[in-house]
Amino acid sequence: MNKRAFRTEDVFMPNKLVSSDFFERESVLAAILLTPALLIVLGVLIFPMVTSLGLSFTDLKLTKPGSGIFIGLKNYITALKAPLFWASMLRTTIFGVSTVLTETCLGVAIAMLLNQKFVGRGFVRGLVILPWALPYVVNGIMWKWIFDANYGAFNAALTQLGLIDTYKIWLGNPKAAMVIVICANIWKETPVAVILILAALQSIPAELYEAAAIDGARGMKRFSRITLPLLKPIIVTLIIIKTVWALKEFDLIYIITKGGPANGTNMFSYYIYQNTFQFLNFGYGSALAYLLTILTIGLSMLYMKSLKGGLDVEG
Amino acid sequence: MVGEYKKGGLVLLYAAVLFVCLSILIPYLWLVISSVSHRVELTSIPLKWIPDSLNLENYRQIVTGSSGINASLKYGLLNSLIIAGVATLFCLFAGSLAAYAFSRLRFRGKNVVFSFILVTQVMPMIVLIIPIYIIMSKIGLLNTIPALIIADCAFILPLVIWLMRSFFESIPRSLEEMACIDGCSRFGTIFRIVMPLSTPGLAASGIFAFIIAWNEFFSALILSSTIKSKTISVIISEYSSKVGVDYVAMAAAGVVASIPPVLLALLFQKYIVQGLTAGSVKG
Repeated sequence: MNKRAFRTEDVFMPNKLVSSDFFERESVLAAILLTPALLIVLGVLIFPMVTSLGLSFTDLKLTKPGSGIFIGLKNYITALKAPLFWASMLRTTIFGVSTVLTETCLGVAIAMLLNQKFVGRGFVRGLVILPWALPYVVNGIMWKWIFDANYGAFNAALTQLGLIDTYKIWLGNPKAAMVIVICANIWKETPVAVILILAALQSIPAELYEAAAIDGARGMKRFSRITLPLLKPIIVTLIIIKTVWALKEFDLIYIITKGGPANGTNMFSYYIYQNTFQFLNFGYGSALAYLLTILTIGLSMLYMKSLKGGLDVEG
Repeated sequence: MVGEYKKGGLVLLYAAVLFVCLSILIPYLWLVISSVSHRVELTSIPLKWIPDSLNLENYRQIVTGSSGINASLKYGLLNSLIIAGVATLFCLFAGSLAAYAFSRLRFRGKNVVFSFILVTQVMPMIVLIIPIYIIMSKIGLLNTIPALIIADCAFILPLVIWLMRSFFESIPRSLEEMACIDGCSRFGTIFRIVMPLSTPGLAASGIFAFIIAWNEFFSALILSSTIKSKTISVIISEYSSKVGVDYVAMAAAGVVASIPPVLLALLFQKYIVQGLTAGSVKG
C-alpha cells in the first residue's frame, strides 16, 4: 500500500476520485459521528420493533401467568376475523378521509388567503401556528369543555342564539362524538397544511402569473391552470403524511371520549391501546400494532413514490 | 401574489381573514377566560361569558402547589421541562453529528442508513411502546425521567437529523475548502466554520424538538405513572377523568401547560416554519 501524506484537496473535495485510504478514513469518521444517533435509533426503535414482532407471535397476556408461548399467526387471524377490528378500521377510515380532505382543502384556501397582501398579514401568519403548538391534551380538554353537556360553551351559544331549546349531551351520541373529534383534529392540524402550502405558494415565481395575465388569464383560470398543478406535489405529500398521522391518532380520543360512547370513536390506535394496556393482551396487541405498521409502511412507500414523481414534475 | 381588488373584493378579503383569526383564537380564548372565571359563573345557565372579576385562585395554587388538585401540577411542569430540555439538547448534539456525516462524508451504506432513520419516523408509536414498556420495566427504568427522555429522543432524533442535514446542504462546501487551504483540520472546520453558520438551523431544530417533546403524551402516559416522572400532559389528562367538575382548575392547568410551547411558537415562528418545510418544498 502506498503511503502518502493526505493532501488538502483529497480530504475536502470529496467529489474528486478518492483513494481507498481516504475512503476508509471517511468511513471511520462517519461511524464515530453516527454512533450516538444510531445507538438511540437501534436501541429504542429497531430493537423494540423486532421484539414487538416476536411478541405478536405469542399469546402473552399479563393477566395469565405462564402465557407467552409461541402461537404463530393466530393473533393475526383472530384480529382479521374480529368484527371489532373491522369496525375500528371503518371508523378510522371515516376519520382519516374526512380530516385529511377537509384539512387539505382548508389548507389550500387559507394559504391562498394568507398569500394576499393585507394589513396585519404577518400577524395572522404568526397566529396560524397557535393550534399546532398547543399540547395534544390541552387541545382535548379544550374541546371537551366546549362541548360539555351541562355547561359547555357550544350549548350555551346555541341556546342563547335561540337555535336549540335545551342543552344537549353532544358527547353522548356516538355520531356526534365522532364529528366533535374530527373537528378538534381539523382545528389542530390544519396549520401544518397552511404553512406547507403557503411556503409552496411563495416559491411560485411571479413571472408565471405575469405571463398568464398578459395572456388574459384571471381568477379561477389562473388558479386551476397555474397554481393548482404547481401545488400538486406538496398536496400529495400532505395527503399521505396526514393519512399516516390520522391512523396514529390517539391522544384526542383518550382525552375526549376514551373510545366511546359505545365504541363510537374507538379508532384503531385506541383499539390497540385498549387491548394492550387495558385488557393486558400483550401478544394480541402487538399483532394489531404490526398490522397498523404494515398499513403505515404501505402508505409511506406511496409517499416516497409520489415525492419522486413530484420532484420530476418540479424539474 | 399581486392582485388588485375592487372595494367589494377587499371587504371580502378582510372578512375572510377575520373569520380565520376568530376560528383560531376563540376556542383558545375561551379556555383562557374559563381559567380566570368563577365556577359559579361557568356553571350558570345562561352562561356568563365574561367574568365580573378575575379568579386567580387556581393559578396561585399551581404556583405554590398548595391544594389538592393543583398540588402536583408543579412537578409535572418540572418533569416536562427537564425531559424536553435534555431530550432537545441530546438530539441536537447527536443529530447534528449524524447530519454532518450524511451531508459531508461518503461512506458505504450511506443511503441505506439514512432511509432507515427516516422510515422509523412513520412507525406508529404504539408498536414501539409495548416492547419499550417491557424493557423499561425489566431494567427498572419505568416511572423515571430518563425513560421518557430516551423515548422522546427516539422519535425526535430522525427529525433533527433530517432538518440539520438540509441546513448543512445549504452551506457551500467551498467554504470548508477555503478554510483548509489555511491549514484547518476536519474538526477545526466543523467547529469554526460549519457550526457557527448553522446556528439558525440549530435554533430551528431545537425549538421544534422542544415543542414536540413538551407536547408528547402517549409515551409519557404509558411509561410513567408516578409523580416522579409524570409530565404535565399526563397530569392534565388526569384532571379530565378524575376531577370532572372543577372546570376552572382544568382550564387553568391547560393554559399553564400550553404557555411554553405557544410562546415559543409565536415568538420563533420563523424557525418552526423552517422546521416544517425543510426538505418538503424545493427552493
